[in-house]
Amino acid sequence: MATTEEIREQLAEIVNDVAGVAVEDVQLDKSFTEDLDVDSLSMVEIIYACEDKFGVSIPDDDAKNLRTVGDAVAYIERAQA
Amino acid sequence: MRTVVITGLGATTPVGGDLPTTWSALLAGTSGVSLIEADWAQDLSTRIAAQAAVDPASVMDRVAARKLDRSSQFAIVAALEAWADAGLGLDDESTVDPDRLLVSLGTGIGGLHSLLGNWDVQKEKGARRVSPLTIPMLMANAPAANVSLRLGARAGVHAPVSACASSNEAIALAFDLLRLERADIALVGGTEAVIHPLPMAAFGQMQALSRRNDEPTKASRPFDVDHDGFVLGEGAACMVIETLEHAQARGARIYGTVVGAGTTSDARDMVSPDARGQVLAMRKALDEAGLTPADIRHINAHGTSTPTGDPVEAASIRELLGEAVNGCVVTSTKSMTGHLLGAAGALETIATVKAIYHHVVPPTINLDNPEPDLGIDIAANVARPLPSGDLAALNNSFGFGGHNVSVVVTNENATAGSAT
Repeated sequence: MATTEEIREQLAEIVNDVAGVAVEDVQLDKSFTEDLDVDSLSMVEIIYACEDKFGVSIPDDDAKNLRTVGDAVAYIERAQA
Repeated sequence: MRTVVITGLGATTPVGGDLPTTWSALLAGTSGVSLIEADWAQDLSTRIAAQAAVDPASVMDRVAARKLDRSSQFAIVAALEAWADAGLGLDDESTVDPDRLLVSLGTGIGGLHSLLGNWDVQKEKGARRVSPLTIPMLMANAPAANVSLRLGARAGVHAPVSACASSNEAIALAFDLLRLERADIALVGGTEAVIHPLPMAAFGQMQALSRRNDEPTKASRPFDVDHDGFVLGEGAACMVIETLEHAQARGARIYGTVVGAGTTSDARDMVSPDARGQVLAMRKALDEAGLTPADIRHINAHGTSTPTGDPVEAASIRELLGEAVNGCVVTSTKSMTGHLLGAAGALETIATVKAIYHHVVPPTINLDNPEPDLGIDIAANVARPLPSGDLAALNNSFGFGGHNVSVVVTNENATAGSAT
């Protein structure tokens, strides 16, 4: 099972790939939309990429509550447990 | 009425990722046709195409490229080149009034890769996996709209769709709008990116494509007795056109002048050409330009390399020119670039502009045995010089659906200077 940091790193690569955000900026306390400037359509793509990468399911109702990088990492950790 | 001049040129084509490379390749008689290596092509009756020399995604920001269909990617590459060639800047460095800039950029089919790609995803993985950007990527106005975003064009975005005549129609439309004072400057052109199993199969089923798979570079042979269909091409071509006043005020280098455009519709058959409509389109363009057929020194023909189309166009040109037929050099650059469908008109109008600017006509390659009784003078196999001095030339585009659009340009108002 991946550590928090490993998940954050892999998520950072996804965010970089989809939205061009620098990997080192994707830190747990950052808000996707407000700090990282990720638009809503890119968020949708990021969610799908996470589902594929981490082998978890992230239904739309849950996805809309993932406001920060930390929220997403915690969700993935719980889903993988 | 205001004079409309041409001040910037850009293109990404099967024979070059930019216009200088493309133009050199055309003069040298280089073919952009090759075998399609991908697995999907192997069981098709036509396995050749004129694929882009440079993948547009490879020359743009990676994240931006993800949000664009290939047809929009091509359009942006060509548009930005034309804009820079016109000596114009972007964003904070733009000196153009956005409310006086319009875009008129056509395509025949639109974002086909995005449409079919997402359909494949939906079938395999379900609706939830369809890209949220599918609609803005597949719509036929996307290339024009995307260009307008990049250039800050606020006087209107037009995306004419008339199959193989789309980009000549786009040029004609902008020409009219500038003269009606709806804007002072326009980015015009066309794009197409449909080298994909479905269109290749569909055009093949119509018997429209050449099947010369064993000799790809010889397959596109307009006006030759062994022509057996066109070769599908992809890419984009754009021009900056503006009023003479606007161009002179900013000291722009001018390639030439758009003097007339003639549009007719056959109202007869969805796919077969009609000489009457073609001749009339050319005459209308000349009348608008205040020129006679004898004034035309060069015609860039639609010349797709089909047994049906080539002779009809040759007859139309003969009828138009009458006794003046020997004073006009005809060529079909589709012999090298293949048929770029919605981008063909713009690419070939650019080739026409370049021909009279540089006084040399690119060759029609593969013309080993011209069809009998063509009765027109074709620049066969090697580039042909044109006389010095003032020149007028015409470009034809005829599209499925019976669309005929002829554009007439001259080298009037041309200025010397760094030309691409």
